[in-house]
Amino acid sequence: MQRDDNRWVIIHADPAFQALHDQKTRFLWGLMFFAVGYYFLLPIGAAWFTDLYRRPVWGPINVGLLFALSQFVVAWGVAWLYARRAARFDEMAAAIARKAEAS
Amino acid sequence: MAAPRFTPGLARRSAVVLALFSDAACAQAVQPQWRPLTFAVFAAIIGLTLFVTWRAARRVKTSADFYAAGGAISGLQNGWAIAGDYLSAASFLGIAGLISLYGFDGFMYSVGWLVAYITVLLVIAEPCRNIGRYTMGDILAFRNNPRTVKACMALSTITVATFYLTAQMVGGGVLVKTLIGIDYEYSVIAVGVLMLGYVLFGGMVATTYVQIIKAVLLVVASLVMVFLVWAQYGFGGPAYFQAVIDNAAIQARVADLLGDAGTSLTGAELGRRFLEPGLYLKSPIDQISLGMALVFGTAGMPHILMRFFTVPSAQAARTSVIWAMAIIGGFYVLTLFLGTGAAMLVGPTDILAADRGGNMAAPLLAQFLGGGPDALLGNLMLSFVAAVAFATIVAVVAGLVLAAASAMSHDIWVGVIKGEHATDAEETRAARICSLLVGAIAIAIGILAQGQNVAHLVALAFAVAASANLPVILLTLYWRRCNTAGVVAGLVVGTTAAIGLVLVSPNMTYPTQVRATQQALIDSHLARMAELGVGDESGELLNLHKAVAVAEAEIAKLGTRTTSLVGLDAPLFSLRNPGLVSIPLGFLAVIIGSLCYRDRRAEDMWEELYVRSNTGIGRSGASAH
Repeated sequence: MQRDDNRWVIIHADPAFQALHDQKTRFLWGLMFFAVGYYFLLPIGAAWFTDLYRRPVWGPINVGLLFALSQFVVAWGVAWLYARRAARFDEMAAAIARKAEAS
Repeated sequence: MAAPRFTPGLARRSAVVLALFSDAACAQAVQPQWRPLTFAVFAAIIGLTLFVTWRAARRVKTSADFYAAGGAISGLQNGWAIAGDYLSAASFLGIAGLISLYGFDGFMYSVGWLVAYITVLLVIAEPCRNIGRYTMGDILAFRNNPRTVKACMALSTITVATFYLTAQMVGGGVLVKTLIGIDYEYSVIAVGVLMLGYVLFGGMVATTYVQIIKAVLLVVASLVMVFLVWAQYGFGGPAYFQAVIDNAAIQARVADLLGDAGTSLTGAELGRRFLEPGLYLKSPIDQISLGMALVFGTAGMPHILMRFFTVPSAQAARTSVIWAMAIIGGFYVLTLFLGTGAAMLVGPTDILAADRGGNMAAPLLAQFLGGGPDALLGNLMLSFVAAVAFATIVAVVAGLVLAAASAMSHDIWVGVIKGEHATDAEETRAARICSLLVGAIAIAIGILAQGQNVAHLVALAFAVAASANLPVILLTLYWRRCNTAGVVAGLVVGTTAAIGLVLVSPNMTYPTQVRATQQALIDSHLARMAELGVGDESGELLNLHKAVAVAEAEIAKLGTRTTSLVGLDAPLFSLRNPGLVSIPLGFLAVIIGSLCYRDRRAEDMWEELYVRSNTGIGRSGASAH
């Protein structure tokens, strides 16, 4: 690395970058824990809440089947939510990059 | 050979029955008179992929083209290619089969494969795109000691790829044999040679387009089949599932699965049971352990991660995961209908007769929808699904070989042996030689492993990826204190823990136990046969003969062995999937290793890595160390 090492330390300490870091950390890991937790409810429920899974909801369609289908909707929902929010992260990152190039 | 407790006469009679039985098992899905048609469909699809490879070969000039298609693949294209890389024959044929045989549990099994992409999307794809260049080793080398981590990561990549490859090669060989009756060895060689053609000449460019073509064909074929199935039930939601419940074949299947527990249930109750959990997955802890391996392992799969180096920006990497999630998720929803449709229209008995794992459910459904085994359209549809399944195997194997070969040439040869001093032409040539080597090894392993039970190797590949690869990548990207010692510790401990636990798990064969169970089966069958007498006409006697022959064959297969591969009488570890234990061990090893040794470079590089991974600044020089 034949670069000025300070350059990265300066960007890293910049409040704009710290704001990006805080917002991203909170949003991404929060979403991640929610999504993974929601997924593990499926096998846990299938093993220990079988009676609930068997309860009919809409004719022959029971709670378990709807819950399994909801996993797909939730996964897509997470992706959609992230895509929307990521546009803002992109803007923040672009501003940081512009400032870094200028200095 | 066989256990000495049998009278020779009985053994001979069983041998005759066994011969009949294995003849029946060899009958392929495509009848001989339709084979020319099948080959024509195969030729058309293979011809299309070869044409694309020929076009792609002209675009592959540099090592960047070979490893990463020059970074010129769009997000949408990459999304389809990820789906093509990921939807292996196991998920296409296997999950449809599981649903057709076990209902709800098969569908539940498919969910983890999609949720896995949330990890990839949120915390892996974009940072990896910003930090890495061609391989997983590049990502680790950014702040750790490049030679050490590249060597370790390459070994781990090759391990994961080999497990997955072996499962694909053996599964593919069996599948082609079951579908069209080509000998196992020729199937394996055909898959290997074709795959090598794509990889050697077209590198990542051709591999990407082959995966896109295959994913599109797979989705189109599934859509058409689901449309035809659903049309038979008036496109209703509840009406469709009511038909599932009312289906006599499904009710009989559930009664079979439940055994004594099912005798008191009415037909409608049996049918409803098909849409409830518990017919296939008996051990919830094991299920959760597998779920962990999927959710954390997919993000550590070298052939999946490699796909993010083919797009021009982090935004394109994100778009590609979102497309991949839409395609893969949509596909798994379709398999629910493929599986239940096959169960209703073909019936679990015929599906089981064609293949004990249920892999023929989708092909047989295609044949039925086209008018059955005697109709031209039925056989055309069967051929099409068979050809798509074949293309699937070749495409997945191509992605894996490319990943393993890149680790060998880029990480080990250029990075470790040549100390990054190789010209681009040398590196491209090395990559091709490594591809040839890996491809030849894959073919050899495929042939040598014939008849072995390799199903657990896919789960093992995910377990190693989740226990070794993911912890080191995640902590390198997100934890300031992570360093070379931690990475080495994590890779060694994670890999050994996952493999070691599988070696002492119920996945292995324990001859003493198998002999005891099979012997008990034989004894009970023989007792029943004696009860029935020789003159029984109900067919039960013939079935018992078959069952005895199968059990005897199982015992004969053991030879004189008395202990498992690692010398055990019984499993030491009760779970089939090691993830629950090995994933935390992998993370722990990285943390302890990093805390025990200090590494100034890793700490000094942290700000640069973290800024770059979050902003994409200076991506073009990302691996100029």
